[in-house]
Amino acid sequence: MYVAVKGGEAAIANAHRLLADRRRGDRAVPALRLDQIVEQLALGVDRVMSEGSLYDRELAALAVVQARGDMIEAIFLVRAYRTTLPRFGYTNPVDTGAMQVERRISATYKDLPGGQVLGPTFDYTHRLLDPELAAGAEVETPAQRPVDAEAMPRVSAILAHEGLIEADGEMPLDHVPGDITREPLQFPMARDIRLQALSRGDEGFLLALGYSTQRGYARNHPFVGEIRIGEVELELDVPELPFAVPLGSIRVTECQMVNQFKGSAKAPPQFTRGYGLVFGQSERKAMAMALCDRALRASELGEDVVAAAQDEEFVISHSDNVQATGFVEHLKLPHYVDFQAELGLVRRMRAEYEARENEDRAAEEKREAAE
Amino acid sequence: MRGQEAREQAGRKALMATLAHAAADEISRLWNEAGLPSEAELLRGPETGLVTVRGRIGGDGAPFNVGEATVTRATVRLPSGQVGHSYALGRDKAKARLTAIADALWQDPAHRETVETKLVAPLRAALDAAREKSRVETAATKVDFFTMVRGED
Repeated sequence: MYVAVKGGEAAIANAHRLLADRRRGDRAVPALRLDQIVEQLALGVDRVMSEGSLYDRELAALAVVQARGDMIEAIFLVRAYRTTLPRFGYTNPVDTGAMQVERRISATYKDLPGGQVLGPTFDYTHRLLDPELAAGAEVETPAQRPVDAEAMPRVSAILAHEGLIEADGEMPLDHVPGDITREPLQFPMARDIRLQALSRGDEGFLLALGYSTQRGYARNHPFVGEIRIGEVELELDVPELPFAVPLGSIRVTECQMVNQFKGSAKAPPQFTRGYGLVFGQSERKAMAMALCDRALRASELGEDVVAAAQDEEFVISHSDNVQATGFVEHLKLPHYVDFQAELGLVRRMRAEYEARENEDRAAEEKREAAE
Repeated sequence: MRGQEAREQAGRKALMATLAHAAADEISRLWNEAGLPSEAELLRGPETGLVTVRGRIGGDGAPFNVGEATVTRATVRLPSGQVGHSYALGRDKAKARLTAIADALWQDPAHRETVETKLVAPLRAALDAAREKSRVETAATKVDFFTMVRGED
């Protein structure tokens, strides 16, 4: 018999008070300002915006500091905040070809129009901890160089000429983009809905799945056709104005993965593609997203679905870290009644088991005695 | 008349784009320097909401939803009757109100010139300079490939 218990209010209030104290830490150390987080922990802020699915640097920075640097907690906070705001509409699709590019590389073409610009990258660093940074050394201002007027078309547009690469993903003309924030997930799902889920998906989860495809679980021979990072303009159609109203710009990362494909009953040999587009500067996530997007197109391209990364229901149902942490972490909340019930059940099963054992033993002894 | 109307709309859109990109304190500093009036009746907002950002599959294919962004908007009416709107990323309500007034003033022939020269032109110049700085810094990281000649001939 178990009777519901009330209580814990004082303990909870004091725990939260203690949390606030520990979050602040040593009062002799200056408190972090949000602009410091936005400026100096920019990629952490970007991750919170991407997986929190809300582009707002200051809110993401607040979430990071409120969560004491726990990224998934910060993402959770941002997701919760989103639900309190009304929605004004859907922007016109961003034009990544017109991006103000801050980084643009291709692993497939050395001499692509517009060239390769490395931008602020960790690539080619030696990954040695920098004691000068710890000492607060001043940094040099960036080098400058006159800009070539050359445009930077997306690499997919360059590759298209021979017909050896598939076109950008098209949908029927009357197709309205699905929205997982409005309708529950349903399988199988269209590629546009998968991409929305992947763009907000957990970086670690998508990274591991992308890695699994490289290691042979649904191998799909990827090349980085192009990665570009930079600012794109946002525009919104509104009834009160006769033109699309400009909203300002956001930073995004786009990855065009190009995959060698030997052909199937459904499609001829060609290069197929996977696409990644995420908020902020988040190259690893965009690449992982593109690898997963390609793997999840297995059925569409007539490939056998043999690995986790190709299993749409598995990938999309488990890619959201707010859902995942909610279900895993709820296990620590009181389950006293459930556990009492289970305890009663296990006691009874154990008693039955022991009774059976005793019977068997008695029978055995009897048999031995008889022999 | 058609061309006139199109030019008018392009000018207004360019104004709104510049204001959307500008920082609130910079707008109000220039506003005060220009001595622009700031009385207006609020018809809507300022209110903060979300827009869902769309991308295209493969960069140029079918649209899909990427995620949300915060946007703040306002609509005002000047004592002289012009109605102005503002939309911009972020949650700055003071900026939303002021930029809606700027949009309304721009529609008033008595104020357009001042709005253009004293407010929009300096904001646009600052925005262009920031973009140019980013471009030349990015350009310095451009890879200049060269080929090493190997072998006998």
